[in-house]
Amino acid sequence: MRRYLPVLILAAVVIAVQLVVRAAGAVYYLTQATMAAYYCLVTVGLCLLMGYAGQISLGHAGFFAIGGYVSAFLTTLRLEAAAPASRFLSRLGVLAERQDLYENLLLGVSPWAALAAAVLATALVALVIGLPVIRLKGHYLAMATMGFGLIVFRVLLGTRFLGEADGIGGVPPLPLFGLEVSGGRAHRVESYYVAWALVLAALLLAVNLIHSRVGRALRSIHGGEEAANALGVNTTRYKLATFVLSAVFAGVAGVFLTHYNGGIGPSEAASMKSVRYVAIVAVGGMDNLWGTLIAGALLNFISLRGYLGSYDDAFFAGILILVMLFFPDGLLRPRWLKRGAP
Amino acid sequence: MNPQLAVGRLSHCFGGLKAVSEVSFEVGEGSITALIGPNGAGKTTLFNLISGTIPPQTGSIRLDGRELAGLPPYRIAELGVCRTFQTTRLFPRLTAIENVMVGRHARSRAGFLAGLLNLPYTWREERAIRQRAGELLEELGAGDCADEAAGSLGFRKQRLVEIARALAAEPRLLLLDEPAAGLNLHETGQLAGLIRRIRERGVTVLLVEHDMSLVMDISDRVVVLNYGRKLAEGTPAQVQSDPEVIRIYLGGDHA
Repeated sequence: MRRYLPVLILAAVVIAVQLVVRAAGAVYYLTQATMAAYYCLVTVGLCLLMGYAGQISLGHAGFFAIGGYVSAFLTTLRLEAAAPASRFLSRLGVLAERQDLYENLLLGVSPWAALAAAVLATALVALVIGLPVIRLKGHYLAMATMGFGLIVFRVLLGTRFLGEADGIGGVPPLPLFGLEVSGGRAHRVESYYVAWALVLAALLLAVNLIHSRVGRALRSIHGGEEAANALGVNTTRYKLATFVLSAVFAGVAGVFLTHYNGGIGPSEAASMKSVRYVAIVAVGGMDNLWGTLIAGALLNFISLRGYLGSYDDAFFAGILILVMLFFPDGLLRPRWLKRGAP
Repeated sequence: MNPQLAVGRLSHCFGGLKAVSEVSFEVGEGSITALIGPNGAGKTTLFNLISGTIPPQTGSIRLDGRELAGLPPYRIAELGVCRTFQTTRLFPRLTAIENVMVGRHARSRAGFLAGLLNLPYTWREERAIRQRAGELLEELGAGDCADEAAGSLGFRKQRLVEIARALAAEPRLLLLDEPAAGLNLHETGQLAGLIRRIRERGVTVLLVEHDMSLVMDISDRVVVLNYGRKLAEGTPAQVQSDPEVIRIYLGGDHA
């Protein structure tokens, strides 16, 4: 199964990075490497949509934020007053108890139930937005999805119970088979591995999809929608499904990063974030999952380390212009990367 | 012959222009029927209406008695009508064989979830799709370019791959839009043989064509369109001797 070779290589690289960083005594790098993983998750989904199905979205930061905010809102709800009535829900795992710094008992929606709600909400919003919008082509689709992203940003910024400009803080860690996704130092290594395991899982799904009958249909839509439709491909449905799938990837990334950071703010929904995701997929070469992944990991890491200072957004916007002008097929597509991939 | 395709009083306007106006004709099962007419007569529009690319405004299109008008193109393809395009529309970045494999789409079923999870039942289906596509390319004489990007193929090969792609969907009715355009005399002769072979597979053929020697050579029936209206219909011999047809093709002086 040659198509899975790159997945194994990536797994090896993930382990190697952790070992090298530990040997070098620079474990703090893992924090940015973990955050970069979640942004990579967004771009893997966007790569399916842009590179394979050939549809653009300039609103994926909106889906990321919806995932993160739903999860943050639910897990920070204070339900102690309803405690006696909610014992049943606790037993089902929908609600979870925890203690704050002062050992007061807090009762809120359990992170896993919140995750499920967040994924559902993201999928539902993507479906409702996508249904009319995915019929648009080219620039019109870009503008419509950008409009969606702007709306999400403004709504988050103006909504009292979502913390307005402050966002939501105090989000509890996400427990996972005895591990924990949280920003605490003690959980740095396991959070790093959980993040990249999630990216690997997403890549596996994406690799499977692009090698399947549906993946071929998606590439045919990219190559000529009218011809694809005339051959029996339900183009609208496939585009919509890919749109929703990529939105769910973004939503899941939003949920995990929110747990990792302990909160989320409206800047995650900013339209420049969406532009950044598109720039990364473009640098990676559009229909090139591995290129997108490498570009995403490196550029996000550089940005998260703060090397770009206040020029962060300018950097990504500049990259997008340069790639479109001089490398419309992307920078990262050497032969060995493309081999075995369609 | 039973009518496989029955077009009834089909009309379509683009703005004020009546591209197709009250056109009715039938295509017999297992026949080769040609649509001819001067440029702008509405032939390609008629193709687009039958294949569902343009939803018809009025009139009916029945395939084996089943109404196609108003159905989306992918449904019409599933029901057994496939087409090629006037300017070939291969998926340029897919290889030739992948193009033909897309043609199997309507005859296979692995969905999104099966694809994401690479479920075992899809393996056999994928193998069958690839095998069938390879066979079709061989049959049409394009087997040597199976793994080349379709966009880099020569013009004639692109034509063949496009026909293979349409045949992969196992159509009952195949629509060929100017299949001989750009081919030389020798290649056109090969094409005639190919179209006959397609018919022998049990596929009904409806073609739009400007090459009159090809049309008169292979067609069982010919339908003549002019300014969106049906002008004449009959066997090649009947149509060739129709004074109206001679007039529009050769100009008034020859009538």
